[in-house]
Amino acid sequence: MAIDRTIYREIPFTPRLWAVTALLGAFLLGGVWAFAHVEHQGHVATGMTNQVVWGLPHVFAIFLIVAASGALNVASIASVFDNKPYKPLSRLSGVLAISLLAGGLAVLVLDLGRPDRLIVQMTHFNFTSIFTWNILLYSGFLGIVALYLWVQMDRNVHPKWTRPAGLLAFVWRLALTTGTGSIFGWLVARPGYDAAIMAPLFIAMSFALGLAVFILVLQALCALSPCPLGQALTARLTRLLALFVAAALYFTAVQHLTNLYAAEHAGIEAFILRDGGIYTTLFWGVQVGLGALLPLLLVYGRRTPPSAGLSAGVSLLVILGGLAQLYVIVVGGQAYPMELFPGYVVTSGFHDGQIAGYGPSLPEIALGLGGVALALLATGLGAKILRVLPTNLSDQNLAAKG
Amino acid sequence: MTCRTPDQAQAPSRRDFLRSGAALATMTLAPGVTLMAFGGSEAEAAADSGKRWGLLIDASRCAPGCSDCVSACKTENGWSGHGDPERDVQWIRKVTLKEKATGREVNLPMMCQHCESPPCVDVCPTGASFKRDDGIVLVDKHICIGCRYCMMACPFKARSFVHEPVTNQKPHAPRGVGTVESCTLCVHRVDAGGIPACVEACTAAGHGAMVFGDLRDPESEISRRLAEFPSAALRPDLDLNPGVRYAEI
Repeated sequence: MAIDRTIYREIPFTPRLWAVTALLGAFLLGGVWAFAHVEHQGHVATGMTNQVVWGLPHVFAIFLIVAASGALNVASIASVFDNKPYKPLSRLSGVLAISLLAGGLAVLVLDLGRPDRLIVQMTHFNFTSIFTWNILLYSGFLGIVALYLWVQMDRNVHPKWTRPAGLLAFVWRLALTTGTGSIFGWLVARPGYDAAIMAPLFIAMSFALGLAVFILVLQALCALSPCPLGQALTARLTRLLALFVAAALYFTAVQHLTNLYAAEHAGIEAFILRDGGIYTTLFWGVQVGLGALLPLLLVYGRRTPPSAGLSAGVSLLVILGGLAQLYVIVVGGQAYPMELFPGYVVTSGFHDGQIAGYGPSLPEIALGLGGVALALLATGLGAKILRVLPTNLSDQNLAAKG
Repeated sequence: MTCRTPDQAQAPSRRDFLRSGAALATMTLAPGVTLMAFGGSEAEAAADSGKRWGLLIDASRCAPGCSDCVSACKTENGWSGHGDPERDVQWIRKVTLKEKATGREVNLPMMCQHCESPPCVDVCPTGASFKRDDGIVLVDKHICIGCRYCMMACPFKARSFVHEPVTNQKPHAPRGVGTVESCTLCVHRVDAGGIPACVEACTAAGHGAMVFGDLRDPESEISRRLAEFPSAALRPDLDLNPGVRYAEI
């Protein structure tokens, strides 16, 4: 069977494209409003406190950053592991990775107490801080993926360079997610963190979340353009997604089983797994149930390949589960009190020894969604002005490539 | 931990010399302005590397209803609450401990423990959290970006984020919305040869529950009492070697 040449096309201007752009623009404006509001009022306008110092903006930011490295996996599978059906998707994979990281970093920076001091962060580095290393990893990721895209898109560059560039980007993305997980893994003071498994857990999460976002973005862009998207390709991506979901679930199980074995962690485990109210509900109901077990059942519990609609549904569930997982890690880990004096019940006027309360405020929600909108708008802009979207994603082509 | 002989403690290092130069330049060129040259600030330059300042808190002398140390700190450093306990800053707070096994209760003040290996300094991305050569852990308000990672890392909940604009600041304790702050061990008093306001207030109230001094000087009262009576560092499992010690818990 003949294979169509891979031809990349910009997405055309259509009323639907404008409508989607306007919708995302509205969310972006919401994010700008949230930033201006908090900048003017101080963080008193948010739900964050001196007990829960990182809140919903960090959940969104980490989600986007982790998903960014995962979104690059499609390109890695093509270039590094030479999987032909994925090759036409490499460019979009790179553009989406850069866009998601930009969205995540925007949320992170705009939530700083002093975002105006970004230049300070760029000129003062403390190399004992994993934060500093993450800044270098994020900047490097943007540069390396841009290089990777250039190698793929410039006809004057010999195709032999695609694989080395892809390998570099793949190794870098693994380091990036290791760094992001280590932000929590290296926090020795808090019982909810302080675990080396945070690094591989975040890597597994990034594989799942990045691919879930990729599937939805690919479907959306193909719906906005004449590019035909065969069901076989999304079915293949969705089965791979289920594998990544299983890996993330496995590391989650190991994380909690390891903690349950140590008596000192019994308190935090009882809090997350049994007594934590919203955190327990989010863990079992959304992260494990809706975000992992249900997608696994939907994908593996059928003999026929997942339909396009099912692929989208499974991807949405995985994203929902990922957000819940990050909420449980970021907020739940802070809500549980630190043990200042082992063997004593501690009370004070500063909520020592108490479960800390936290409720996300509208500006936090708006800022987080603004970051998502920024990432999606940047991806759309990339697909509009660059030739990243292939025209040969039909089932016939996939069958011919194998 | 690096041990210094008394001679080494007295002799200024080249680093100290450069920092002193920075301080001198600051005072000469622009009084009141902190010069950041040489990677050291005016506050750093004033530190004596031969000393390690510390506190000993005797919980048996800390009266249950007394919060004189907290009030003195508020007055000295110009921080106060807005009636929102979850967001209000707390440089120092009173905590009550109830022993699970016996039900025995003790009270004590909690503040920055001025660790020898401070996690807040390790994690700060810009270096705004820093430890002076005399062991006092501070936040450089000029380069704190308000990321709050130090608050995530501190095992003692000793740091606070300023959620609202601040007014009536003290010249010796600059504060700012969007930055993190904590007990400075009244560094401005210590550099002038004084003692922290909390210790002064506790002594004035007749409790004498707080002793301030140089942990490196074996003849100081704090060193003698630490040598004579049992005391404990908080979270010894973390091996941070705090400068604040507790007795009679």
